[in-house]
Amino acid sequence: MSTIPSDFKYSSEHEWVSPAVDGVVTLGITDFAQSELGDVVYVDLPEVGSTFAAGDVIGAVESVKAASDVYTPVSGEIVEVNEGLSNEPATVNKDAFGEGWICKIRLSASAELDGLMDAATYSESCK
Amino acid sequence: MKGRDSRDLTRGEEGGRMSGVSDEQIKSTPLCGKHQALGAKMVPFAGWLMPVQYTGILEEHHSVRNACGVFDISHMGQFHVHGAGATEWLNGMFTNNLHKLSDGVGQYSIMLNERGGVIDDLIVYRTAPEDYFIVVNASMIDEDYAWLSAHKPADVALENRSAEYVGLAVQGPKCEEVFSKMCPGEKLPEHNGIRKIVVGGDELIICRTGYTGENGFEMFCPASQGVKWFEKVMESGAKPCGLGARDSLRLEMCYSLNGSDLSPEKTPLEAGLSWCCDLSKDFIGVEVLREQKANGRPTALVAIEYTGKGAPPRHGYEVQLPDGTPLGELCSGVLSPTLGKGIAMAYVPTQLGKIGTDVQVVVRGKAVPAQIVKKPFLKK
Repeated sequence: MSTIPSDFKYSSEHEWVSPAVDGVVTLGITDFAQSELGDVVYVDLPEVGSTFAAGDVIGAVESVKAASDVYTPVSGEIVEVNEGLSNEPATVNKDAFGEGWICKIRLSASAELDGLMDAATYSESCK
Repeated sequence: MKGRDSRDLTRGEEGGRMSGVSDEQIKSTPLCGKHQALGAKMVPFAGWLMPVQYTGILEEHHSVRNACGVFDISHMGQFHVHGAGATEWLNGMFTNNLHKLSDGVGQYSIMLNERGGVIDDLIVYRTAPEDYFIVVNASMIDEDYAWLSAHKPADVALENRSAEYVGLAVQGPKCEEVFSKMCPGEKLPEHNGIRKIVVGGDELIICRTGYTGENGFEMFCPASQGVKWFEKVMESGAKPCGLGARDSLRLEMCYSLNGSDLSPEKTPLEAGLSWCCDLSKDFIGVEVLREQKANGRPTALVAIEYTGKGAPPRHGYEVQLPDGTPLGELCSGVLSPTLGKGIAMAYVPTQLGKIGTDVQVVVRGKAVPAQIVKKPFLKK
């Protein structure tokens, strides 16, 4: 497994959230998650402008054999999505913590970040 | 992230009916340890712990289409039927006509209930006059055996020999090279043929069949020698492949999967398998088939191909006409690795299931445009 970014926050559903920059975080699924899924062949992206509460389903990531919902662990508005995944869904496999990001969210309750796991805790939970 | 259709991983020949299987009851084949050592992801399938993939479903799929792959099929069942009257009896149990077979030749056939519905699809080989080797689906071994036993005349012997064999399906255009390397000097049987050979002291049953649409063979060796033969097949050039690739390969060819595409509620005529149903002979369920042939089938299993972009089709998704009229649900579906588009099968009302009909598949509330097409998806 590739290194887990130490400055990201993690959910028990295997999403990651980057540190907020001007109130906006980037969200994706973890390397552990992509590895469990196998070859990603389709990503359902949320719509820019839509708002979600923490715990909502914002999209789906699908491998040949399974479809998995993607949840947002933070509340806010979708300000950007990774359109590149429409044509190259396998980017999620290749670089889950980087190029394989799913969307950017403008936080409406930044304190929610404090409730998420840090890298060490998340890493331990995958064992 | 949370699995939505994770049951797709555990669905199998009998996915729907096997949902109550607990971990305690799950069985593993003699190759299980080897699969794990190879890094396979193991999943429950039809009551068995089986490899769904080793390196990746796409890579494994392409290796079978372009080179050669090997699948553990030890979970499948093998019956031996012999004794005077075996042919007449089995001919009354199965849809295909056993009189077409000579020694060393097999045929695909189906066993029906009294309502004409499918109990199981199988391959029956004539190994000698009045002597048959039958390969059945893993999840149906007990049910098939019970059904056959209940209808068996006293002078015919029926033996369930499923635990005695490790089965390996070697599939792909390079399968003949693989066979020559591991069985030097031996010859593969002809298409649909069966041959017993002895190599290195082990009796191998070689069957020239498969479930991928590629040139290939299935071999059955003594269970105790299974790991050795699995290693030999791999050393001879076959890449280990899991059930994920097996499913996408068979669906590209529109080969039915019992429990998904075949069911006790559907006849083989509805499933599009009339080619292996000889209605001129008598067998259990034939009256229903004759009636359907005369008056029409209520539903037909059709092939559906995406014409637009969308999430991969999967079991259970609704199929509609473009105006939203419901047609049925997908039995099987996958994003075809070879064709790069969604492919699926569904039972739809026969009158509405004509080739060329525009339909749509509903995925999470979104309609993906698709069309009913001629089988199979992959023209070879």
